[in-house]
Amino acid sequence: MKIAVLSGKGGTGKTLVSVNLAAAIAPSVYLDCDVEEPNGHLFFRPKSIQREAVTVKIPAVDETKCNACRTCVEFCKFHALAMVGTRWMLFDDICHSCGGCTLLCPQQALHEVEKSIGEIQTGTSEGVTVRTGWLDPGQSSGVPIIRKLFAAESPLDQPMIVDCPPGSACIVMDSIRDADYCILVAEPTLFGLHNLKMVHELVRLFQKPHGVILNKCIEGDNPSKDYCLEQGITILESIPFDKTIGRLNSNGRILARELPQYHEMFTRLHQKIREVAGYETAADSER
Amino acid sequence: MKQLLILSGKGGTGKTTVASAFIKLSQARAYADCDVDAPNLHLVMQNLPVLDRTDYYGLPKAQIYTDQCIECDLCRQHCRFEAIHVNGTYQVDPFACEGCGVCAAVCPVRAIELKPATAGELMLYGDDRSVFSTAQLKMGSGTSGLLVTEVKKRLMAAAPSAELAIIDGSPGIGCPVIASISGVDLVLIVAEPSLSGISDLDRIVLTAAKFQTPVAVCINKADTNEGNAALIESFCEERGIPFTGRIPFDPMAVQAINTGRTIVDLDCPAGDAVREVFSKTLIQLGKGKSLTILSKKE
Ligand code: SF4
Ligand code: SF4
Repeated sequence: MKIAVLSGKGGTGKTLVSVNLAAAIAPSVYLDCDVEEPNGHLFFRPKSIQREAVTVKIPAVDETKCNACRTCVEFCKFHALAMVGTRWMLFDDICHSCGGCTLLCPQQALHEVEKSIGEIQTGTSEGVTVRTGWLDPGQSSGVPIIRKLFAAESPLDQPMIVDCPPGSACIVMDSIRDADYCILVAEPTLFGLHNLKMVHELVRLFQKPHGVILNKCIEGDNPSKDYCLEQGITILESIPFDKTIGRLNSNGRILARELPQYHEMFTRLHQKIREVAGYETAADSER
Repeated sequence: MKQLLILSGKGGTGKTTVASAFIKLSQARAYADCDVDAPNLHLVMQNLPVLDRTDYYGLPKAQIYTDQCIECDLCRQHCRFEAIHVNGTYQVDPFACEGCGVCAAVCPVRAIELKPATAGELMLYGDDRSVFSTAQLKMGSGTSGLLVTEVKKRLMAAAPSAELAIIDGSPGIGCPVIASISGVDLVLIVAEPSLSGISDLDRIVLTAAKFQTPVAVCINKADTNEGNAALIESFCEERGIPFTGRIPFDPMAVQAINTGRTIVDLDCPAGDAVREVFSKTLIQLGKGKSLTILSKKE
């Protein structure tokens, strides 16, 4: 079963929830898809790490064959190619690796080369397989890294927790596409509500079963909770704002490994999700 | 015009809280929200009338005319984004399509066309004093970098004589952030005193360095972990990054936001601290050149 943990923004406790859930139900697989700012490894401190580079294909020119016909420059929808005089130029940061220029060059002057944009690190931490995607600073899209994270072999019978990137952009869609269930984490503020609405729209668009965890709950108004009640969204759990949580969390400690009540809370959460997702009947179809 | 960009690596660190306070304090005539995936600034800066709303067209998306399609399968084989599926007929998944045009180029019977698609909405608010530029990306449109560039362009065009522009950035280090960094004079990073916050800070500093943009750092919720706050300060010292102050955790901040106000509208410790961060940031921003806003006492 794949459980994706989402939030409209970072900082709402998405990593807290996914790390603790994965830790509480070990053996499990934890996938950090927040490739721009991965944080899960700071908690798990995984051992025996294996690294794997992630590359994309970019075009390269054979200058002796190019006759500056500009076919490629005119084709590239992303303006990643330019012809300066008769010199062929690539702005590799904005190339989307579509392969069109190489395919269409009438002189066959272009070929593709691999460019590294980041890496995947796999390690283990007390029964949790921790897979982290890292985008190199200065690179624009982490989507190829996320694809590769998902493509890796994982133990079929183990639940997989996916820590998604913040927001609702293209990169998030890639991380929830084959999730069986989505957990939305929300803060009790107007900002929190605004962000919750956006991810809610996203999971509805993909027709994913989902529920909300209200985090950092304090006395007083909770606009996010009101929204859940109004929309009939399952509230899976309310986590209070608690100095101990804040301290352990900011020091990279895992609550479920240190405090029995949180171990219990996250185990119960998993049980609840299995029930509402009707998981008993749905076989783990792929990968 | 001087451009100040506020970034945090991750959301939830109080970036928008700081940005909105700065806008109030500077009485900025020009400001923008570049977090086009999840814009929030308008929630606390909602008193300006709408000047303009414009549909934003990102890159066009492919469309297959099934009546002309001869099912040669070439488009599917050549699509690097796995956006073409066969489901009885050949279809394009609009969420996966990046609009590169390879499918249309390889189709032997011209059954594929690239069609413009709305990818979001650009909003410009303003009156005779201030201009606020923001946008909302439509679900699943992958062109947030382009939209960010558009938000900034509209701001500059609408307020060409403004002395200072304050830009609320987006989370992460990817394409929207890169687009928002281009052309700014200073990036203020709002860091959180957690191990995650330190790791995020490090990656944002690296990203800004790649684009040779000066940075300054402040810490929000500094008292929630004094040890980590001290680590951040020494991180800055080692790297010669100007440090502009600590803002304490303050429940009044949540209250301010929930009532559509900024932390400097309330009399609270976070508000006091952010005033000092603001003046130190301006000094960094003004280095070399004089900003009249520096001499004005708020
Ligand atoms: S591979 Fe595609 S995006 Fe990259 S330069 Fe060639 S045409 Fe442009
Ligand atoms: S299409 Fe081929 S020959 Fe023409 S400009 Fe591009 S690389 Fe050169």
